Amino acid sequence: MENRPLEYDYTVAKMFMLTTIALGIVGMLIGVILAFELAFPSINTILGSGLAEFTNFSRLRPLHTDAVIFGFTLSGIFATWYYVGQRVLKVSMAESGLLMFLGKLHFVLYVVGVVAVVVSLFAGVTTSKEYAEFEWPIDVAIVVVWVVFGMSIFGLIGMRREKSLYISVWYYIATFLGIAMLYLFNNMEVPTMLATSAAGESGIGAWYHSVSMYAGTNDALVQWWYGHNAVAFGFTVPIVAMIYYFLPKESGQAIYSYKLSLLSFWGLMFVYLWAGGHHLLYSTVPDWMQTMGSIFSVILILPSWGSAINMLLTMKGEWQQVAASPLIKFMILGSTFYMFSTLEGPIQAIKSVNAIAHFTDWIVGHVHDGVLGWVGFMIMAALYHMAPRVFKREIYSKSLMASQFWIQTLGVVLYFTSMWIAGITQGMMWRAHDEFGNLAYSFIDTVTVLHPYYAIRGVGGLLYLVGFLMFAYNIYKTMTAGKRLDSEPADASPMGA
Amino acid sequence: MFHWLEKHPFFFAVGVFVAIAFAGLVEIVPNFAEASRPVIGTTPYSTLELAGRQVYIKNSCNACHSQLIRPFKSETDRYGHYSLSGEYAYDRPFLWGSKRTGPDLMRVGNYRTTDWHENHMKDPAAIVPGSIMPAYKWLFTNEADIDTAFAEQLTVSQFFSVPYNKPVPMKDGSNKIVEMAGSVAEAHAMALEEAQVVVADMKDQDVKDAVASGKIPEIVALIAYLNSLK
Repeated sequence: MENRPLEYDYTVAKMFMLTTIALGIVGMLIGVILAFELAFPSINTILGSGLAEFTNFSRLRPLHTDAVIFGFTLSGIFATWYYVGQRVLKVSMAESGLLMFLGKLHFVLYVVGVVAVVVSLFAGVTTSKEYAEFEWPIDVAIVVVWVVFGMSIFGLIGMRREKSLYISVWYYIATFLGIAMLYLFNNMEVPTMLATSAAGESGIGAWYHSVSMYAGTNDALVQWWYGHNAVAFGFTVPIVAMIYYFLPKESGQAIYSYKLSLLSFWGLMFVYLWAGGHHLLYSTVPDWMQTMGSIFSVILILPSWGSAINMLLTMKGEWQQVAASPLIKFMILGSTFYMFSTLEGPIQAIKSVNAIAHFTDWIVGHVHDGVLGWVGFMIMAALYHMAPRVFKREIYSKSLMASQFWIQTLGVVLYFTSMWIAGITQGMMWRAHDEFGNLAYSFIDTVTVLHPYYAIRGVGGLLYLVGFLMFAYNIYKTMTAGKRLDSEPADASPMGA
Repeated sequence: MFHWLEKHPFFFAVGVFVAIAFAGLVEIVPNFAEASRPVIGTTPYSTLELAGRQVYIKNSCNACHSQLIRPFKSETDRYGHYSLSGEYAYDRPFLWGSKRTGPDLMRVGNYRTTDWHENHMKDPAAIVPGSIMPAYKWLFTNEADIDTAFAEQLTVSQFFSVPYNKPVPMKDGSNKIVEMAGSVAEAHAMALEEAQVVVADMKDQDVKDAVASGKIPEIVALIAYLNSLK
């Protein structure tokens, strides 16, 4: 009995795979619409002027960022946790009724939260803080979802058979703690319904409205301590958790260096939080904080590249797999984009570079080479690896997967190159003076010049979306029409010809 | 040590938390006492201005417009004096933005008029040829939420001691008192009075009629807010 392999239960993982794909499509579709609105403003009224309030750029913009961060990425994190967690801790969700219940509750609450967010952002109910737009009732709901997620993590850890925590689990724990701390402190707010007028009236106005606990410069400081580290604990830490599990599993190669993973993990934990100040260079926050933000951003290259190099060296002697398997391609290009993005970020955080880059499209480009190239590729790779094991079927089409890879890679390249040029062009034009010391360009000159780059960016985004739809179709066909598997494959995912 | 931590999840989690919380403690806490003092001449927002600020937030104007002038010649030439920390003392939330798809608005009240904003919100490209800003026509028909603006004034004065109904020092040595209403009805009356001043410079007959009948369209509140940015 004791030697029988464990039957893992993927019920909850499957649920979150579904929302990963669905919300990925929503978030990226809105992104493509936004991109074309900047290139061709008439698209702002695409559903007629009566609905313009809900289709114009500014109302849709938070929906795009939040759908990608809290929809696509977070679902991907949850889906992989409910898959990876069981396997590295050597315990099945089916062994505990409570954990199973918590997992399903987690999913249901999450979906309710997503619906509330979509409705409120369309209605313009927002606190304005980036990636923390939700008003207090939704914040409370998010805290509940997060606590349930934490109970799932630590519940599973509590009943584990494998005593030593695998590297991926370190990163999942850090994700849980980091987001919990950041989210709580950044969303401290006072509901306006608590105030009373001199005439004794209370509960005045919209019940869901609130005021930030912090004002002005302090508010900015807390927001970017949060905003930057939401990137850390949403787009970096959990994605590293994924690659530490899925790359060795898919390639059949052991992690190159344990010591390097130790250094990268603890280095990342300590250094990342300091770097938030680089969003506030030349602002009204104290100089020493700005300088700290710059310095730690540069130091951050070390732990970031530590993980990425560890991944690339894991493939040592097995590089033919990169040519043979589109799944390995996704992961290797993902870690390459991670290296690229974590070099680009520190460059932008240097004060003299930031003077040009800040407020321009170069920053937008930086976010997207990270999210499209690293986060998106890694989550899709994880789901491709999970699908045959979760649905017990072969991946439907390898050639579709290969074409998807090249279409999306082209999309990312078009995206970041056009945004580089746009950003640096605009940054230079803003600061240009003529021979008499007057500004050389009016603001609108620096907008109209960007038109071709905005159009190219739109095409890049569209290509990525097309690739994502191919991914969704491939997973759907795997689920319904892939060749059935009797036993789980050892290393590489089985793929149809 | 690390091997031991990896077998003891509780202490592992504590270790991670200490590593990530450290930076926040060192960086954020010391600034809180320092930066929140208003500079002379900075006054709390009136009811209508605050309602307009909520319209600004509702439509995520901050997605494309910053309110932070950096200390460079090119920025002070274009937008005016660079930003000072104390000027933001009453900004909850802050609205610095992170992207300038459009120009900075920190001191837009110094160089744009009610009339300009009215025409621009209706059709930006007609006022600034080549503009990619969409039109905001619904602001002319949606009603501003004066109740919530009043509730926000009450909240900041009760929880954060924002000086309403108290003298605030101005640059010329005088004092200014920003009044806050005692009841919802009074708040509406005060906001309407402010709205009448704004609408006197506007052309749109429907907006004028609305204000004449005691209603305040969002555009009026938004313009009052934009005019207050100096």
